[in-house]
Amino acid sequence: MTPLTLAWSRGRMELLQFSRSRESVVFTLLFPVIMISIFGSIFNGVIAPGVRFTQYFVTGMIATGLMTVGFQNLAIQIPIERDKGVLKRLRGTPMPPWAYFAGKVVFVIVVGVVETVLLLAIATAFFGLDMPGSATDWWTFAWVSVLGITACTLCGIAFTSLVRTARGAPAVVTPVALVLQFISGVFFVFTQLPTWMQQVAALFPLKWMCQGMRSVFLPDSFAANEPGGSWELGKVALVLGLWCVIGLVLCVRTFRWSNRD
Amino acid sequence: MRGLRKTYGSRAAVDDVDLDVRSGEVFALLGPNGAGKTTMVEILEGYRQRDAGEVSVLGQDPANAGRGWRARVGIVLQGTGEFEELTVREVVTHFAGLYPDADDPATVIALVGLSDKANARTRTLSGGQKRRLDVALGIVGRPELLFLDEPTTGFDPAARHEFWELIRRLAANGTTILLTTHYLEEAEALADRVGVIVAGRIVAVDTTEALGGRQDAPATVTWQRPDGAVETADTHTPTALVAELAVRYGGEAPGLTVSRPTLEDVYLSMIGAGR
Repeated sequence: MTPLTLAWSRGRMELLQFSRSRESVVFTLLFPVIMISIFGSIFNGVIAPGVRFTQYFVTGMIATGLMTVGFQNLAIQIPIERDKGVLKRLRGTPMPPWAYFAGKVVFVIVVGVVETVLLLAIATAFFGLDMPGSATDWWTFAWVSVLGITACTLCGIAFTSLVRTARGAPAVVTPVALVLQFISGVFFVFTQLPTWMQQVAALFPLKWMCQGMRSVFLPDSFAANEPGGSWELGKVALVLGLWCVIGLVLCVRTFRWSNRD
Repeated sequence: MRGLRKTYGSRAAVDDVDLDVRSGEVFALLGPNGAGKTTMVEILEGYRQRDAGEVSVLGQDPANAGRGWRARVGIVLQGTGEFEELTVREVVTHFAGLYPDADDPATVIALVGLSDKANARTRTLSGGQKRRLDVALGIVGRPELLFLDEPTTGFDPAARHEFWELIRRLAANGTTILLTTHYLEEAEALADRVGVIVAGRIVAVDTTEALGGRQDAPATVTWQRPDGAVETADTHTPTALVAELAVRYGGEAPGLTVSRPTLEDVYLSMIGAGR
């Protein structure tokens, strides 16, 4: 097999498994939609001229969706596969180790795209989200999504070395993801959070993914409401790129194929 | 392997083991739970690092053998139902794709007797059927050497005998098989030679017939005296004794039995002595 067909073959298995287990499909694809429906119905206010809270919240959920697919999914899934011996079995075949991760990447990309499209469709249909008007905005949307999901995927894989057993995985991973959502301005307008919280959030990718998404979907006038008074897209790229590097280094150095030693 | 050793803390799981397994033979590592069978086999499979000694498997050191070596070795793992929602055919086909010269998936599925389950999700398989799927994944790459770690633990007798048939068929095709087991009948039914491992050491290597000097051990002859009492004699010349008894009783000696130590007798005395 060529590397590409091998990666696809692994990814296809991952996708087949995923699509046939109803719980994970519902949780991964519908959870953000349910969240938008709830928040969109409760908070209807206007947070800035021409910007309703729903629109703000949708951009945060798009970023959160990417984090869920990349980070939460893998950080919970991989320890399960390690416990069940999937990794051991694959290591016993001539499959090159990278193919395992390539399969995960294929999976994350496909699910990430499906989820984002679904979210955009529902948000524009029911919650007043405007599609980006310019090619520049679409380009920003593309690179923020790709950099963001890459950083999350690498961090998700790296995170598995902190998780000892599959049973403990959700208990360790879910709070991390949830806290990040709260402090990164998904549920609340970021600048209304305490300053120290904003500073902590600025260390992690999600805050920057949210900010990048806002620059795409919210009117440019809203940039004045950001902590830096502008969209700071250069910083978004820098921090997300940095997390890609950190995640990759951690993956390479700490990944465990078994629970022993 | 020569002088193989693996220690965990102060305990030696595998302690200075020398062993040769010949190409084309079925070799059984027999020993009680915790004797070091799995540790030894996982070193041979390249899953664990050894602390000392030399190992050559198909001419290479498994600790740093590459993908070419992996393609020649098949490992039958204890399945954990990890492919729940995939069908038997999908899983076997996928693994076939990982090997350079794999067998036809349908042929392999038929060989392990899962043809009528080919389209079933693996989570619906019974324990024995899951084990057959494990074997299918172990052999789909056409290995020259197959590792089977306690393949029939938890099987009912009928399933075990069917499984043995499958292993015999593989052996007949020339595959070298190294299996570990703590069932004596399994070693006796399948293996050309047996190695008994106790507390990390190999205490005997021989054919099942000759293990522990069983062939040459004194035979026990018992018969009934005319007064009804049972007489017992241990002798290296049982045939002569029986002939003598025939003369003494003018034909059949009443209640005559001649026995040698069973494999179980030999094995139990070995693991008793090794502890």
